[in-house]
Amino acid sequence: MNLDSKIPEGPIAEKWSSHKFNMKLVNPANRRKYTVIVVGSGLAGGAAAASLAEQGYNVSCFCYQDSPRRAHSIAAQGGINAAKNYQNDGDSVHRLFYDTVKGGDYRAREANVHRLAEVSVDIIDQCVANGVPFAREYGGLLANRSFGGAQVSRTFYARGQTGQQLLLGAYAALSKQIGLGKIKMHNRHEMLDLVKVDGHAKGIIARNMVTGEITRHAADCVVLATGGYGNVFFLSTNAQGCNVTATYRAHKRGAGFANPCYTQIHPTCIPVHGEQQSKLTLMSESLRNDGRVWAPKSADTAKLIREGQLQANDVPEVERDYYLERKYPSFGNLAPRDISSRSAKEVCDEGRGIASTGLGVYLDFRDAIERDGKQAIQERYGNLFEMYNRITADDPYQVPMMIFPAVHYTMGGLWVDYNLQSSIPGMFVGGEANFSDHGANRLGASALMQGLADGYFVLPYTVGNYLGEQGVAAAGQITTDHKNFSEVESEVKARIDKFLTINGTESPRSFHKRLGHIIWEQCGMARSKEGLEKAIRDVQALRKEFWENVRVVGDADGPNPELERAGRVADFLEFGELMCRDALMREESCGGHFRVEHQTEEGEAKRDDDAFAFVGVWEYIGDFVEPALHKESLIYDNVKLATRSYK
Amino acid sequence: MEKTMNLILKVWRQRRRDDVGQFHMYELQNVSEDSSFLEMMDSLSEELVSRGEEPVAFDHDCREGICGMCSMTINGVPHGPERATTACQLHMRHFNDGQIITIEPWRAKPFPVIKDLVVDRSPFDRIIQSGGFITARTGSAVDANEIPISKQTADFAMDAAACIGCGACVAACPNASAMLFTAAKVTHMNSLPQGKAEQDRRTLAMVTTMDREGFGGCTNVGECEAACPKVISLDMIAHLNRDYLSAQTKNFLKPVQ
Amino acid sequence: MYTISSFFKSTIGRKILMALTGLVLVLFVMGHMLGNLQIFLGPDAINAYAYKLHEVLPSSALWAVRVFLLICIAVHIWMAVLLTIENRRARPQAYLKQRPVQATYASRTMRMSGVILFAFIIFHIAHYTVRVVPGMLYDELNVLDSTKVPLFKDGLAVVKEGETVPTFNVYDMMIDGFEVWWVSAFYITATGLLCLHLTHGVSSMFQTVGLRNQLWRQRLDRAALLYGWVVFLGFAIIPAAVLSGLLENDPRYEQATSAAHPNISEQVVIAHD
Repeated sequence: MNLDSKIPEGPIAEKWSSHKFNMKLVNPANRRKYTVIVVGSGLAGGAAAASLAEQGYNVSCFCYQDSPRRAHSIAAQGGINAAKNYQNDGDSVHRLFYDTVKGGDYRAREANVHRLAEVSVDIIDQCVANGVPFAREYGGLLANRSFGGAQVSRTFYARGQTGQQLLLGAYAALSKQIGLGKIKMHNRHEMLDLVKVDGHAKGIIARNMVTGEITRHAADCVVLATGGYGNVFFLSTNAQGCNVTATYRAHKRGAGFANPCYTQIHPTCIPVHGEQQSKLTLMSESLRNDGRVWAPKSADTAKLIREGQLQANDVPEVERDYYLERKYPSFGNLAPRDISSRSAKEVCDEGRGIASTGLGVYLDFRDAIERDGKQAIQERYGNLFEMYNRITADDPYQVPMMIFPAVHYTMGGLWVDYNLQSSIPGMFVGGEANFSDHGANRLGASALMQGLADGYFVLPYTVGNYLGEQGVAAAGQITTDHKNFSEVESEVKARIDKFLTINGTESPRSFHKRLGHIIWEQCGMARSKEGLEKAIRDVQALRKEFWENVRVVGDADGPNPELERAGRVADFLEFGELMCRDALMREESCGGHFRVEHQTEEGEAKRDDDAFAFVGVWEYIGDFVEPALHKESLIYDNVKLATRSYK
Repeated sequence: MEKTMNLILKVWRQRRRDDVGQFHMYELQNVSEDSSFLEMMDSLSEELVSRGEEPVAFDHDCREGICGMCSMTINGVPHGPERATTACQLHMRHFNDGQIITIEPWRAKPFPVIKDLVVDRSPFDRIIQSGGFITARTGSAVDANEIPISKQTADFAMDAAACIGCGACVAACPNASAMLFTAAKVTHMNSLPQGKAEQDRRTLAMVTTMDREGFGGCTNVGECEAACPKVISLDMIAHLNRDYLSAQTKNFLKPVQ
Repeated sequence: MYTISSFFKSTIGRKILMALTGLVLVLFVMGHMLGNLQIFLGPDAINAYAYKLHEVLPSSALWAVRVFLLICIAVHIWMAVLLTIENRRARPQAYLKQRPVQATYASRTMRMSGVILFAFIIFHIAHYTVRVVPGMLYDELNVLDSTKVPLFKDGLAVVKEGETVPTFNVYDMMIDGFEVWWVSAFYITATGLLCLHLTHGVSSMFQTVGLRNQLWRQRLDRAALLYGWVVFLGFAIIPAAVLSGLLENDPRYEQATSAAHPNISEQVVIAHD
């Protein structure tokens, strides 16, 4: 597998501009001869599709939802980072670059991150021009806040709905191009496979989720912006439909999968309530600015609480363990996501967890309300308290909130070079679907930044460069009549037939739940060699069972949510194994990946830069065959590797 | 310990768009009162699959009240009895043991049923495509702080922009009118300085598309506002009416391009 | 790109027409009510009012106002019909169960109240303007003949060029009309429905032309409610007063059914031109 990262020569701050200058351009009159497929309509996909169409390319865009406006980017609450330095607090492109590399625990590619920081300023300009109603100060200028423990205020936000507003901005631009006929939008279509011709990505096979029809789509190149794979855990903060199918199918067709073990567990989610739960809800991290995290000091007290014999408010001060404040005095309750999450897990492992399941800790606003008054707290967090109350029926003004970590974001993804091109030529990957910018841990408010950076400011250039390199004579030459399309299509159809004819006894959802349980237990917040090996065996067994005993009701020629789910779960089952293999391979702890064997005496993550400062890229070899590992070394010329400390 | 309840569900079943649908009754046992309405529907699905029947199809995605995908009329109210709450955020503790719950799809001619509770809301997309955008080609933007926008204006635009496009307004309106949706989108963009250049064109185009799609007209009864999970105010409709009147007046004096 | 007709074809344009015609009718209703209430000032006052309307005002102006009002009613109803057809069409399949959450009774019954009001208006015009409703006691006091009742001012008959000035006997016409119980009942019911129609319509009018917001909605809703009640009470009080015997026929004409001219030679004022 060729892992040439194609990082341009020159000083880091000039790489992107010199690279842009060296790119091949396509004559405006010739652009209409090319077609680009964009799969996914979130921030990365929607912005890329709109920008490419504005340039004059024909775009076919796909999403599984009923409208491109519903992509899960919409659910991001907090904000979007940009190195505008509007607050005059010492922010700069270099500082954002530095913070992101450090926050990613030194497992991201420097050049990509620097470009991200550079274009971050353009993103805000673009979004404002598109009508995103960011929060404003009374003077009419943009407001900022500090987010996720950052030392500068560089986060732009639109109430608690920043992702929604940014997505609607991209969706509006996308819609305009649909209206103009430059984009052909395929709603309720799910990509089921990638078609390659002569080694280049030239199209996809999709299923029309309304008619059940399997459709072929040819293009001059393919952009995947299909999001992350958090739903491999079954319970996550992802949307129900989020899946790994597009990226995993591309992986099976030859795209390298990078760092699948890097997953982010968000510390402040509402705990699981029971077996019927389908989804975890995130509570904004900002709550930790005033809320104090604690658990009972003794397991006995916790037991009394769980059984309902003791109320949280009746636990005396001496019986409370404010464990984040105790362990990390300087950052306290604002310790980074991975650290906070792991600490909560430790507490619960010791039997000190609360909530009916024993999987929860308190986030208490009692002291904050006493200090600042209910009014002030209401102004800051009123809508979040309301949301919590809606879901749990508890009133956080009266009783402490209960929180527990939940899977939130996946830093791993398809391997891409500096151009965001995967190891399959002609296939580009943007947003959460690629691995590129966050290393082993993502900073708050950086996901939106990366999605839009890829979509608005990187892909439109690099896709054009690729098309220019192919030459105008090649434009539109591959059609769906090519034999490769019929071959892949029949494979896709055979797979669907297989699902419908197994006629087993267990539903796809049930398999998904079981898979999620295995992955959460063994490949969640803390991972061990033994556990991961067991998980690989268990997932393989589950996968065999799935193919023998799954029950998919209904038929293929119409809407069939069970069939859709079966396909996604089948891919998650294979992917889950890959994830565990990656976690097993990475004999160190870094960012979202914590191996219990690799920790300091105080229980902190221990990185191994000598042996593991590389991107782990997996190549698919065959069914039930161990995939091949390739390494892209990470070279740090501009940032000095250091151990993160939040003590 | 979590409390559970037994329910009788009266659900609209319709196999395909052109088929005739009808209500089916299902009994569902042991529904946790902490589960959401859609989790209750999941339980029903599992129950039906275990009997070899096709589960009830319904649209859903983010399950945190923001994507706007979920769409079902619960006991005669879109998204159910709780104010400012989508079906996915509605919890079963608001229902009683033994209760009969009627579940229907959005009912409107422009929203034909695709299957069971799933409807086709593409008219909303077409309304946006006709003018619900501010033209700013990627890369053409000026600095974000170049044009100050008063906090009041930004907040008002945000109030309008909070719309999640779920269609509950259409479903709740006795006339199946899409005025609240269209008004929210128009008002969001018309109220910002960036959106002024295209204001009249946008307003006329979006209203024309809205009417062409076959939605009813507004009779100012306010059911849309009551059903809206984001509590988009009727103010937006007044704003749209005003902008429309002004656009038509200008169009009368000199045709809007 | 957009023709003038696009305004009239759009739902918003049609509603704006409804609002504007509605405004005319709302103002007319108030004027009409104030005019009617003069009945409590006695027969002379209200008959003088009728005289001013019919004899002082050029008849072309009266007819212009009448035609304008009729056009407003016609446009108001026409738009309502068009919109109703569109609205019905937009929901071919009704809900098994639809529970209104915040829509007021008035807002949900605009069509019902509108249709009944329209029927009432036809009756009302036939009853008191054209006076062709069969079985009514028009002839008894010769109110039909505008020359048979002299105009009074301050209790004295007005004489112009040696002749008494004749006018409508609106006063007795109203008393006679409302003495029929079912007529009064219909009038009171209709004005009740008018009240209902106005409590939604008056505030809605502002919404439709875009002159309402969160702050003013409450105020306008209250104003509309008040307006509706004022109109209801102002109109309904007359048939109620007649039925209860508070208002009676003018005794000066009681014995004069055969001879329409009572003896008025002792009491005259000279009209100034």
